[in-house]
Amino acid sequence: MTQLILFNVFNGLIVGAFYALMALGLSLILNLSGVINFAHGGFLALGAYIAYTLMPFTGFWGALVIAPVLTAIFGLIVERFLIRPLYGRDPLYSLLLTFGLAYVLEDGARYIWGAQSVPYPIPAALTTPLSTEYFFLTGYRLFMVALVGIAVGGLFFILNRTRLGMRIRAGTLDLETVSVLGVNVRILRNLNFGLGIYLAGLAGVLAAGMLGLQPTIGTSLIIPSFVAIIVGGLGSLPGTLLGGLLIGVASGLTTVFFPSATEAVMYVMMGLVLLVRPRGLLGEEGRIQ
Amino acid sequence: MNAALKDQQANAIVWALLLTMPWWMGAVGGYTELAIRVVVLGLAAMSLNFLLGFTGVLSFGHAAYFGLGAYGVGMTIKYLVASTPLGIVVGVATGALAAMIVGALIVKLRGVYFAMVTIAFGQVFFFIAFRWNEFTGGDDGLTGWKRQAIDLGFTKLDILGSDTLFYYFVLAVFAASVAVMAILIRSPFGRTLVAIRENERRARFLGIPVDQHIWISFVISCFFVSLAGTLYALLSNFTDPRALRWDQSGNFVIMAVLGGMRSFWGPLIGAAIFVVLQDWVSSHTENWMSVIGVFFMLIVLFFPRGVLGMLRRRATA
Repeated sequence: MTQLILFNVFNGLIVGAFYALMALGLSLILNLSGVINFAHGGFLALGAYIAYTLMPFTGFWGALVIAPVLTAIFGLIVERFLIRPLYGRDPLYSLLLTFGLAYVLEDGARYIWGAQSVPYPIPAALTTPLSTEYFFLTGYRLFMVALVGIAVGGLFFILNRTRLGMRIRAGTLDLETVSVLGVNVRILRNLNFGLGIYLAGLAGVLAAGMLGLQPTIGTSLIIPSFVAIIVGGLGSLPGTLLGGLLIGVASGLTTVFFPSATEAVMYVMMGLVLLVRPRGLLGEEGRIQ
Repeated sequence: MNAALKDQQANAIVWALLLTMPWWMGAVGGYTELAIRVVVLGLAAMSLNFLLGFTGVLSFGHAAYFGLGAYGVGMTIKYLVASTPLGIVVGVATGALAAMIVGALIVKLRGVYFAMVTIAFGQVFFFIAFRWNEFTGGDDGLTGWKRQAIDLGFTKLDILGSDTLFYYFVLAVFAASVAVMAILIRSPFGRTLVAIRENERRARFLGIPVDQHIWISFVISCFFVSLAGTLYALLSNFTDPRALRWDQSGNFVIMAVLGGMRSFWGPLIGAAIFVVLQDWVSSHTENWMSVIGVFFMLIVLFFPRGVLGMLRRRATA
């Protein structure tokens, strides 16, 4: 029993790490630009398929490095030509646009790579169980958790220690003042969008190795990421991280005791948070308006 | 020409077209079922627009209540009583009740956050329909039931046997619903909603309980969307989890935007264009998702005011 619980908690932690990686990217874009990027799941799938295509040439590790960067570059282009014209308009429009984009990305992936799930090979060194007792502790799973940890650490390093990150944080609070101080807000928003898409691409490459790669891979992760943002706290990136991990682990635990409620539990948590603390666990005051 | 007269003319044209639709639909290459779909989805989009266009609150989860209405009517007829009107009542009550609860949880949120939470909550009902196999039929949908003829005492309305009769039944429900919404929008309550849309802070300073008004508007909107959902299920004698998934919510929003959110009849026009386009595209290409997606993006980038918004702007320019 202990083993079963540990197994599911650990599983939940990994899924939660995906949610968190997705949700952090979504949060970055939402906080600075006020855009709900519905196509985030589409970018995730794109990252995974790019890695899949590159792998015969670059190997697993090369694809892991290059694919998220290519996805981010694609994200920069999308922001420049499709999303930028919509800043300053009702958020309804950017939501609808990314909604349409999500359709196009999913259908595009289906058109190019096929509707069937494709095998996504991971190096043999990573697939062997590390412990006979805790069979679920394969190298790949630990590796994923470690890599998500590094990515999150890197993100917070960028935000807290670099000029770009400082400007992103400042822009989140008051974009107008940042603009008046001589920062090119267009470029800032563009780079910030790219950073968010990079995280989605990375999540895609990692998720493909575990969940299998098919065109709908992103769709199943996008709505839990919204839940992660709401539970964790609006406007707070540490909150988003916490929210993602929390709902992941909660789903994992629920699988042990009440399997049919695996998905429902995160929505129950969201309802409770909204009831008790509408701005979310670590949310900033005044953000909900 | 003054505005009131113009409104009356517009109303007359819309009703004349709707009342005669079964006759000319065939002539322009359509069929009665398509006409019914236009009216039903038009009702859904107009209900959404009560909240979106006249209260200024963006909900991206209306498919949930549409689907609850659909499952409510289907499950009532299948498991409880073989009665169409009772099924409709149960379906609408289910949707409205869910909207009351969800609405109370989210009414403090605004703007993008409101939209995000409505999307997320919509997914709950999707999972219930998807997972609760024994009762909902899961992924395969709820089958094995049919809309029932309505007994009016003096005569029986055989809405199952005659598509045309069912069309007029749907149209009657549609007429009653939009009449109620039109009266509400013109009432002091509706004016208050528009005031909240235009300037929420000012409305609050005037002593208007804003959250309460938004909650009521949300519930009214979901009430009529559930009603549309029941009609949609009755139309095909079937419903499946896709009726309450987020892509359906997106379709309702695009219908409202496409027709013109700021006008009363706009969403109906948007629904008509969308339904006909979807019907045409899905019979001509497998990649209908891409076509619809590009369609979404083009509307947002080049046509954000919608059909009626453009016409009105041209008229005043």
